[in-house]
Amino acid sequence: MPDDAHRSAAVSTRRMTFAQGLLEAQAIALEQDPSVYLMGLGAPDPKGIFGTTSGLLQRFGPERVQDMPLSENAMTGVAVGSAITGMRPILTHQRVDFALVAMEQMVNQAAKWFFMFGGQVPVPLTIRMIVGRGWGQGPQHSQSLQAWFAHVPGLKVVMPATPADAKGLLLSAIEDDNPVICLEHRWLYGLADEVPEGPYRVPLGKARLMHGGGGKAEVTLVGLSYMSLEALRAAEILAEQGIEAEVIDLRSVRPLDEATILDSVARTGRLVVADTAHVRFGAGAEVVSLVVEQAFDKLKAAPVRIGLPDFPTPTSKALSDSYYPRAPHLVAAALKLLGRPVDPELFAVPEGRNLDQPDSSFTGPF
Amino acid sequence: MTSASAASAGSAAALANGPDPELLWRLYRLMLYVRLVEEKIVALYPEQQMRCPVHLSIGQEAPAAGVAAALRPGDQAMSGHRSHGHYLAMDADLDGMFAEIYGKAPGCARGRGGSMHLIDRAKGFLGAVPIVGSTIPIAAGAAFTSKLRGDGKVTVIYLGDGAAETGVFHETLNFAALKKLPLLFVCENNLYSVYSPMEVRQPLGRPIAGIARAHGVATWEGDGNDAVAVWQMASEAVEACRAGHGPAFLELATYRWREHCGPNFDNDIGYRTVEEYETWRARDPLARHKALLQDRLGADDAAFAALEGELQARIDAAVAKAKAAAFPVDTLSPEDCYA
Repeated sequence: MPDDAHRSAAVSTRRMTFAQGLLEAQAIALEQDPSVYLMGLGAPDPKGIFGTTSGLLQRFGPERVQDMPLSENAMTGVAVGSAITGMRPILTHQRVDFALVAMEQMVNQAAKWFFMFGGQVPVPLTIRMIVGRGWGQGPQHSQSLQAWFAHVPGLKVVMPATPADAKGLLLSAIEDDNPVICLEHRWLYGLADEVPEGPYRVPLGKARLMHGGGGKAEVTLVGLSYMSLEALRAAEILAEQGIEAEVIDLRSVRPLDEATILDSVARTGRLVVADTAHVRFGAGAEVVSLVVEQAFDKLKAAPVRIGLPDFPTPTSKALSDSYYPRAPHLVAAALKLLGRPVDPELFAVPEGRNLDQPDSSFTGPF
Repeated sequence: MTSASAASAGSAAALANGPDPELLWRLYRLMLYVRLVEEKIVALYPEQQMRCPVHLSIGQEAPAAGVAAALRPGDQAMSGHRSHGHYLAMDADLDGMFAEIYGKAPGCARGRGGSMHLIDRAKGFLGAVPIVGSTIPIAAGAAFTSKLRGDGKVTVIYLGDGAAETGVFHETLNFAALKKLPLLFVCENNLYSVYSPMEVRQPLGRPIAGIARAHGVATWEGDGNDAVAVWQMASEAVEACRAGHGPAFLELATYRWREHCGPNFDNDIGYRTVEEYETWRARDPLARHKALLQDRLGADDAAFAALEGELQARIDAAVAKAKAAAFPVDTLSPEDCYA
């Protein structure tokens, strides 16, 4: 059965966007714990990190909702230093790409502090970063580097794909006593759905079976972040062709929910993994390795990875439209695994649909 | 409050007032303690039981002693790879340090860190790590906590001349000045980054303290081999930090006698001259301070011998304990990375 247990009947929900879900998680964290503070370039500015920090300055004051100098590495160190002395900082970057100068602090210090000092000193730190896409974001505003972070023991990495998970995973990240990287896909920000009220939490390291699970499914589609939505769309297209798919939204890259993946593949025998990042050396490879190493006998065909090609994101729409895989790519992969023909019409772009936007409401510029 | 004039005026004032005998003895005790601990490491390192890199501060003990003596309980410090003196001067756990260097279970980092990862939070030593410059913003984060909570603590960040070339050094000066953090930068300028001299790394004629001044940070520059001068400068700087005037910066001229990493001398490999070494050797902070104690307080050989005997006994006991201690049980797992 689809894992909708988190939408328990006892908790009332409201419809809100992914961005509002993130905002609500931070507001709750700031409200319930005086040691929480939020810091980021533009966090208190009129645009409020695409609405995810709007109003927090007015509500919690300038000490708890801070702008910061354009010094990502030092400010990550400052966040680490305050985290080891009793604070619980949330650091936010408007793009993953901008935070790369802070890899030293994230990898050498935040990730290792608890381990390297003998388990004496936790680092309760959340680092939010946005994965850009479309409207010409280009080579340095659209990288999806979850594999880098997930490779480092000591970090946790989450990638919510729904408004409810945006709220629930971010609140769990803030409350966790370890450094957690929260990677937020820009194309999800406008997505609206039901979100539980109150201090709603989604456990870190727990994937979600989004679709299927009735026992007749012939293929498992594992998605990450925005690609989980493409996987859902792919499942719908497959259903039209009489093929049932299970869709798993990973939600966390580290810890990886191995059981949910292995259970599904045990039922279906076929696996397609769709990542928002480059295919090579990516999170998708980790999922495939897991299945090949631990459930080889369950596989009816070789698993398939879907993701970005092995070159940086081009800016021009003419170049980037083909850069990003879509639901049809997952469908085609599933059909091939099942030995079914692939109709090239599958990839046709509907009239009026622009591939550099999640929908017509998204007009950039950023 | 800036530059050399303030520094010399400060130490002159202290000397004029006659720093009290207790303080003079405390400075000597701290320096001798650091020296004896590190000489013990020199003596034992060839046994090959200390299986980790060691960066000794022999010859540059005065900054650790003078700064620590200017702090009060509850204050905090962080450091880099050459941190033994900074740790010991905070009265941090000697048994834990030797056990850590020997890789033993009771080590201050449980054997996971070694000499470059000292920590004793009970004594305010928040940690040292070997990535040059990396603890500078972390210390600023600790000072930021103090600022947010108004707890009155001052945090010291020890750094070397090489760290002044890192990006986070400049970034942290900017942030610390912006937020008026109670953060004291103590730059021990020992002229070399490993074997690379200052003239291949930094522009001539620009003191490191000048970078701090450019950020509007109050600075003191002075003799890092004069414990009383260091104490005087640090006392003024700590007072300014505590009063809410923002960060302060000390640039202290000093010199490491031994090799960058390891227990030996390395004057023979050609990156510095024996003459230069001898010049600095003649400015031994311990010998100078000992002479001061003899001249001003009439300290006699018996007093020095008694102190040395006491410290040596403590050190020998710590070494014996560390050698006798068990190694950590090798049961590490990924779970050890997470709180």
